[in-house]
Amino acid sequence: MRVITMRVITKRVIAETGAVAALMLFASLMGVAQQSHIGNLVGNAKSGKALYQRYCIFCHGANGDGNGDSAPYIDPKPRDFTKATYKCRSTPSGSLPLDSDLYDTITRGVHASGMPSWRPLLRQERADLVAYVKSFSSRFQEEPAVAAVSLPPQTPTSPESVKRGGELFRSMNCWLCHGNDGRGNGPSASSLTDSKGYALKPFDLSSGTTLKCGDSDQGILRDLITGLDGTPMPSFSSALKPDQMWDLVHYLATLREAAKHHTAVAAVEPKSE
Amino acid sequence: MKVKYVAFALAAFLGALVAGDWLPRVVPVAADSASVSVSGVVKFQGAVLPPTKIDMSTDPNCMKAHPSPGTTEDVVVGANGVLEDAVVYVSGGLEGHAFTPPAEPVVLEQKGCTYKPHVIALQANQKLNVVNGDSTTHNIHPSPANNREWNMTQPPGVPLEESFAREEIAIPVKCNIHPWMRGYVAVFKHPFFAVTGKDGSFELKNLPAGNYTVTVWHGKLGTQSQQVTVAAGQPAKLDFVFKQ
Repeated sequence: MRVITMRVITKRVIAETGAVAALMLFASLMGVAQQSHIGNLVGNAKSGKALYQRYCIFCHGANGDGNGDSAPYIDPKPRDFTKATYKCRSTPSGSLPLDSDLYDTITRGVHASGMPSWRPLLRQERADLVAYVKSFSSRFQEEPAVAAVSLPPQTPTSPESVKRGGELFRSMNCWLCHGNDGRGNGPSASSLTDSKGYALKPFDLSSGTTLKCGDSDQGILRDLITGLDGTPMPSFSSALKPDQMWDLVHYLATLREAAKHHTAVAAVEPKSE
Repeated sequence: MKVKYVAFALAAFLGALVAGDWLPRVVPVAADSASVSVSGVVKFQGAVLPPTKIDMSTDPNCMKAHPSPGTTEDVVVGANGVLEDAVVYVSGGLEGHAFTPPAEPVVLEQKGCTYKPHVIALQANQKLNVVNGDSTTHNIHPSPANNREWNMTQPPGVPLEESFAREEIAIPVKCNIHPWMRGYVAVFKHPFFAVTGKDGSFELKNLPAGNYTVTVWHGKLGTQSQQVTVAAGQPAKLDFVFKQ
């Protein structure tokens, strides 16, 4: 009898201790989710909320679901923060972004979209916004943080590398969406939607305009490795070897250079009339 | 002060509720002599629209795989109205049980620029082995509501292994490069599920005796459920009919 009572008490103590420990863990996780860490900056969601309501709410909405008052007039649609699916990341396909990825996106803006650069805000304010934006999705509390992908060292560009990149542009079926000349007019282009079903155009790689997640060679390579989540643009992390990825980056540069060249020529050509 | 204590107690209570879900409540269900199977056939009654021909002309590699044009697989009905690609599973009666996923992977192949099979089912965290049996590059892109949305390019012959962490019935899968490619992946937290083949039949194996809800899901036709009581040593029969 006594033994049984002891066992019951022990069990209860263990259960209570477990519940308290779990509660503390839960509370600490909640606390972490309300913060962001970018280098030495620590963002605070409470401060971020006030900034969000001043600057972001019109497009991204009070609930962070991308349904702000201006959303119907915007193409592509504002990000739905409740899904925690982000285009511009340094993490593998399907993973949560790093705090620094969100910070970079706020700072840089998303080119060829309605998202402007928020560089005029203080660094601390941008960090606070990251913390608040994260609070719209419980995924940041539930899923373990994922490390950034490693970027292989750049290989030098050469006519051979560009040629190989052009062959990969065909064999990887990039052209089926982006078109033969990278103009975004491939045969599958008209069928594309984002993950919420809104029609989406493949990027016109020949336009010479800045790519969505930045323009550096490393940035384009990173896009190839991570893919742009929530869009049809897939990850090539298991499809290509590092030097092949660089070949593709070198080829894409020629498409962009060609566009710049055309613009320059057009600018100096005398009018025929 | 008092209000603070009440607030803390309330927070602690809510925290414990949430925490309760984290504590393991694993009650393994072992296949033993008392385990039985539930089997049956899924049928379709009504006019079946003929499959639509798919225009694969954008990719010559896909065209080559189909001497006669490929067709859609939205509703595939065989002789006597048997329905293919329906997922039958236990949707109620397993509460409180937890199941570890089997070690062997489930294979999803891209062949002839279609998904083979059109519908697959697997357990949460079970390995999904994606195979590209074509001579062209695909991207495989699930659109989950409750799982990670990954999107991977897969050239011919390159292996790809993925998984889904949470139950979801069912995740649409597509290839953005070849927009006609559509399939489904059903993810379960238990092993009691089956996908009907050409004969429309299914078998849920090794169920312990008990009362269950069994549900059938089909990508175009929706869901239906039935209650079934499984007695030890007595295999149960269960049929479903979709009417339209």
